[in-house]
Amino acid sequence: MRSYFLPKPYKSINMSEQSNQNALISMRAVEIIVALAFLIFAIVIMHGSLKMGASWTSDGPQAGYFPFYISLIILVTSFVTFIQAILNKEKSNEAFANKGPFRQVLAVLIPAFLFTLLMQLIGIYTAAAIYISFFMVWIGKYPIWKSVSIGLGVSISLYMMFEYWFQIPLPSGSLFNPLTLLGIQ
Amino acid sequence: MEELNALFNGFAVALTPFNIMLMLVGVMLGVIIGVLPGLGGANGIAILLPLTFTMSPTSAIIMLSCIYWGALFGGAITSILFNIPGEPWSVATTFDGYPMAQQGKAGEALTISFTSSFIGALFAIIMITFLAPLVAKFALRFGPPEFFAVYLLTFCSFVGMNKGSPFKVLSAMMLGFGLATVGMDSVTGQLRLTFGSTELMRGFDFLIAVIGLFGIGEILQSMEEGLNFSGKTAKIRAKVVFETWAKLPRYWATSLRSCLIGCWMGITPGGATPAAFMSYGLAKQMSKNPQNFGKGDEVGLIAPETANNAAGTAALLPMLSLGIPGSPTAAVLLGGLLIWGLQPGPLLFIEQPDFVWGLIASMYLGNIAALFVVLTCVPIFASILKIPFSIIAPVIIVICSVGAFTVNNAMFDVWLMLGFGVLGYLFKKLDYPMAPMVLALVLGDRAEDSFRQAMLLSQGSLDIFFSNTLVGTITTLALVLLFWPLISKIRPKKVALQ
Repeated sequence: MRSYFLPKPYKSINMSEQSNQNALISMRAVEIIVALAFLIFAIVIMHGSLKMGASWTSDGPQAGYFPFYISLIILVTSFVTFIQAILNKEKSNEAFANKGPFRQVLAVLIPAFLFTLLMQLIGIYTAAAIYISFFMVWIGKYPIWKSVSIGLGVSISLYMMFEYWFQIPLPSGSLFNPLTLLGIQ
Repeated sequence: MEELNALFNGFAVALTPFNIMLMLVGVMLGVIIGVLPGLGGANGIAILLPLTFTMSPTSAIIMLSCIYWGALFGGAITSILFNIPGEPWSVATTFDGYPMAQQGKAGEALTISFTSSFIGALFAIIMITFLAPLVAKFALRFGPPEFFAVYLLTFCSFVGMNKGSPFKVLSAMMLGFGLATVGMDSVTGQLRLTFGSTELMRGFDFLIAVIGLFGIGEILQSMEEGLNFSGKTAKIRAKVVFETWAKLPRYWATSLRSCLIGCWMGITPGGATPAAFMSYGLAKQMSKNPQNFGKGDEVGLIAPETANNAAGTAALLPMLSLGIPGSPTAAVLLGGLLIWGLQPGPLLFIEQPDFVWGLIASMYLGNIAALFVVLTCVPIFASILKIPFSIIAPVIIVICSVGAFTVNNAMFDVWLMLGFGVLGYLFKKLDYPMAPMVLALVLGDRAEDSFRQAMLLSQGSLDIFFSNTLVGTITTLALVLLFWPLISKIRPKKVALQ
């Protein structure tokens, strides 16, 4: 949310500082890819709604009636965005993301995916403790004892809050529930 | 006077010790959410929503709306002290707030911004108190065509008021509508667009979308920028507060104008962010010494802060009286009403007066509580930002995952949330607006229902949307707003020709 809303001059200074050789992919290319994704989404919905029936029967509009027109609008608007992106050559010099910052983004995104996978397999409490400690050691360069104690602390407070206080069960692991080793669950 | 009576009943409902405690807890949580990156009013409330299922609806909405007030106030803290807007609507606050802090007037700047926020919110609440029942009474006459016309107006005004590409606004909005149609069709009972997947039968829950788009998306973006927080520390001394308060009445014209802008932008779904910018711009235009703006002008702080809180509060008016939220956060509150078994819309005022007036009374109390909390606890909140990002980021992602899971107790939703997070990151960078998408996802089913009912009434003829003056006016207004980008493009050319 931040960069977008920073005052304009600040942003432009940032832009000119970034040299093009560092650019991973141009703004224009991403614009085109996203517009294409919208087009595909539109076609999928259109296909689905036509299969359900998008016309008018004796008892009124069929189930696909409304979605069909939605998909029609997406088809038109994303096509215009697609053409605009292709015609706008200026944006091919503008970087969507530079290598360094983009690596930072992946450094959050990939562990987040792994965390979600762990959450599904061995339950949220163990996964959260591992994830937070790992992240702190890896990105924050914290000593291991500090990272592990914060990870455990968050995990234990989650457990107290949900299992005890609000009595809302959180995922305990589809593959194996490590909490059984402790005899808690 | 009927409203005043109802309001006093509302105070009786809201003023129980338990509710007052919830108010304080809500405001505290709200300010923390407003200060932290990755958590904002909309997704903060979305995450905490499941925790309120065991409370009574009135207590629950009091707590959740107080989180909202807290977030509205809290966004200013980081803007002034760190030059980093905690919420999008407090960007304009950085323009003059941060220079003031640099000049050693942080306490004064914070006092001005909190007080202005309070005045803006108060103005909007008074307006809600008297206007919302009237709007609701008026809307009781609405049939399906009128309701669809109002939905149309809501969505078209996103196109008319957005400065970016209208095609991107429409694409994002229709993506929301498209996702809303997935699942069971409420009229025919047919499964739609599920492609044989049992997970998709439930459809896309907008709470998941809100948590992913606003939470994970923002974390990704913050990480890309490599934020380092270095800012001013601040303590607000009582003396400074009173001295600043003594100065404020001088700026009554700016305050009043900003209140009006905020209320207008809040009711029409323009939202708090454009309201703050518009108000700042107007204040600069009308100022006798515009060259002072951006260098720590007090008016430049009053204008956006008053307007954004007025807009944020006024967004609840259409939510309460018509069942149409004016902002993503109002949409999340509306989602809460549905979960608690309340049907938002004009009938709510008749069927659930205790709830509605309890909520309105709690707005008054909640804002007073918020003003008190932010004025006294600024150092604590500012110190939260000193926690390094490498601790905050994973903790917030864990909290978001828990929030996404508890909505439907489904692991699939957590994966979905991550997907929406990536989408949110892309949307931010490419200038696709997220608010219309979220509102479309929330209102999609009901907009479709009213459209189909209207079509049934008219046997498939679109003439029904022009069949009487009321519906005709709303529809025409909506169409004007829809084609506004086109109209405003043609107009300057004509002027140039002359």
